[in-house]
Amino acid sequence: MPGPGAVGVFARRHRYHPLEAVPWLVAVAGYFAFPSYLPLGAQILATILFALSADLVLGYAGIVTLGQAAFFGAGAYTAGLLAAHGWGEPISGLLSGAAAAALIGLLSGLVILRTTGLTLLMLTLVVASMLYEAVNKASWLTGGDDGLQGMQVWPIFGWFRFDLFGRTAYCYCLIMLCLCWFATRRLVHSPFGRSLVGIRENILRMHAIGAPVARRRLVVYTISAALAGASGALIAQTTGFVGLTFLGLDRSGTVLIMLIIGGVGRLYGAFIGVPLYMIAQDRFSTIDPVYWYFWIGLLMVLLVVFARGGVLGLAERLQSRLGPRR
Amino acid sequence: MSAPALETCGLHKSFGALTVANAVEFRLERGARHALIGPNGAGKTTFVNLVTGALRPGAGQIRLEGADITHLPQAARVKRGLVRTFQISALFRRLSVLENVTLAVCERKGRSGELLRPAGRHGAVIEEAFALLERLGLADEALSPVSTLAYGRQRLVEIAIALGLSPKVLLLDEPAAGVPAHESGTIIDVIEGLPPEIALLIIEHDMDLVFRLARQITVLVQGSVLVEGPPEAIAADARVRQVYLGERVSV
Repeated sequence: MPGPGAVGVFARRHRYHPLEAVPWLVAVAGYFAFPSYLPLGAQILATILFALSADLVLGYAGIVTLGQAAFFGAGAYTAGLLAAHGWGEPISGLLSGAAAAALIGLLSGLVILRTTGLTLLMLTLVVASMLYEAVNKASWLTGGDDGLQGMQVWPIFGWFRFDLFGRTAYCYCLIMLCLCWFATRRLVHSPFGRSLVGIRENILRMHAIGAPVARRRLVVYTISAALAGASGALIAQTTGFVGLTFLGLDRSGTVLIMLIIGGVGRLYGAFIGVPLYMIAQDRFSTIDPVYWYFWIGLLMVLLVVFARGGVLGLAERLQSRLGPRR
Repeated sequence: MSAPALETCGLHKSFGALTVANAVEFRLERGARHALIGPNGAGKTTFVNLVTGALRPGAGQIRLEGADITHLPQAARVKRGLVRTFQISALFRRLSVLENVTLAVCERKGRSGELLRPAGRHGAVIEEAFALLERLGLADEALSPVSTLAYGRQRLVEIAIALGLSPKVLLLDEPAAGVPAHESGTIIDVIEGLPPEIALLIIEHDMDLVFRLARQITVLVQGSVLVEGPPEAIAADARVRQVYLGERVSV
C-alpha cells in the first residue's frame, strides 16, 4: 500500500528489520551454549525488561526518573507476598505485580508529573524512598530488613517446575520479555509513541499543536511502571527472594547506567547494555573480587568518553561513516 | 451575522508592576491579512501568548468566531482552529521534516492517542503531511532531520506544522525573524499563497514584509493599541513615526 519515495520510506519504518531477530537468536543459543549460567541468564532477561521500562519513559517520553525501582519493587513484593501467603501461581502473580506497580505509577504520576526536569527527578526519588521506608516499616508483612521469607512458587501451568539449573526460569523470563518487548515495540511505533517522541523533542510545541501532553505523560508513566513491576515479579519468582534492595536507589541508578551503556531511546539499548553490564559484573567479580566495581567504573568512563549514545550510538556513527545504506 | 475571526475585549495582563497588555481591544476579521507591529517590548508576543492560552489574562475576554475562549486550555483552542507559530523556532529538531508535520496532522485528526496501529499505516495522515510539504517546496527534504536544514527552511517547517492543523486563525510570530534577506522572499511567497479563508495575524519587525502582506496594521506600544488602520494611513501617521523614529533617536 505505501507508495514509493519519501512517503513510502516513512510508512515502512515500523516494519521488522532482520537485525531485530539477533537478540532472540542469541538468547535461544545461550540456553544451549551455557547450561550452567542459566540462573544468571534469567536475571539478565528479567533485567532487560526493567531497562526497557526505563527506556520507555526516559528514552521516548523524555521523563528523567530515579524512581523506577519503586515499580520494580512493588511488582516484586506483590508477587512475593502472594507466593508467601498461599498463592504461588506464577502468571497471575506476575500480572498482579504489574498491576500493583501500574497503580502506584498512576497515583504517583498524577501528582509528580505536574512538574518537569530536576523537580520531577527529585520527586521520583521521593516516591521510591517513601515506598522503601513503608516496606521497611511494615516488617510484620514484608520481613523488613531481612527480606521476604518463605515464597512458594508453583509450577507454570501446574507442569513446568522451577528447577535448580534455572531452565524453567530462563524460558519463563525469555517468553515474558518477548511478549513485553512486542507490546513496547508496537507502542513506540504507534501514533501515541510518536507523540511521546514529540513531547521529548519539544514539549512547548506539543502544547501548541493541541496535544494533551499531561495525559500522554501519565499514560506512558503508568505503562512503564507496569513493565517494571513485571520485571520485579519475574526476578522475585525466579530467585524465590524479595528484599529491600529491590526498592533501593542503587537499583534505579544501575538500570539507567545499563540503559545508557546500550543506548537510550532506541528500544534495543536495554538488550545490549544489560547483558554487557551484568556479564562484566559477573566476570570482574570473579577475577577481582575486591576491586571489581573499579573496572565497571572504568568501563563506564570509556563508554561515556568514546561512545556517546552508548553502543548503539557508536554503531550508528560507524554505519553512517561507512556510507549511506540506500 | 458573522462575528470576527478573533476578538479581544479589554484584555489585560501585568507581571507585578509591569503592565504588558493594557485593555487591548482588537478585531481580526475573517480572511484578514493583518499585521501587529510595535517597538521591542511593546507586548506583541505577550499578546500572542494571551490569545493562544499560554498565559492567563488578568482581565478581559477573548472570542474566537464569537465564542468565548478566555478560559479554554491551549489544546482546546488549537482544536477550534486557533494556531500559532513561534518567533524562536519550536521544532522537533531531531525528527524528519515529514515527521514534524505528521505529528501535527495526526494530532488534528485525533489519531495521536492510538496505541495499536503503527503510525506508518495511517496513510491518509502521511499523504496529507507530504502534500503540505510539496505545497511549501519542502518535499525534497522530507526525510532530512530538521536540524540539518538551513535556517530559512526551518522557518518554513515552522509554518508547515501550523498549516497541518488546518487553522482558521493563524498567528505568525515574526515568520522571517533571523532569516537572511535572500531567503525571506520564499517565506513571503508562502504567506502570500495561503488560502484566503485563513485569518492571518502577522507579528513582525520587518517593515518590507509588513507592507507587502498586510491590508490592516495595528501598532502596539507599551501594551496598548496606539493606532490601527490600513498601511498607507499607518505609514503617514505622525505618532507611529515618533514611536519608531523617536525611540531610536532618543534612547
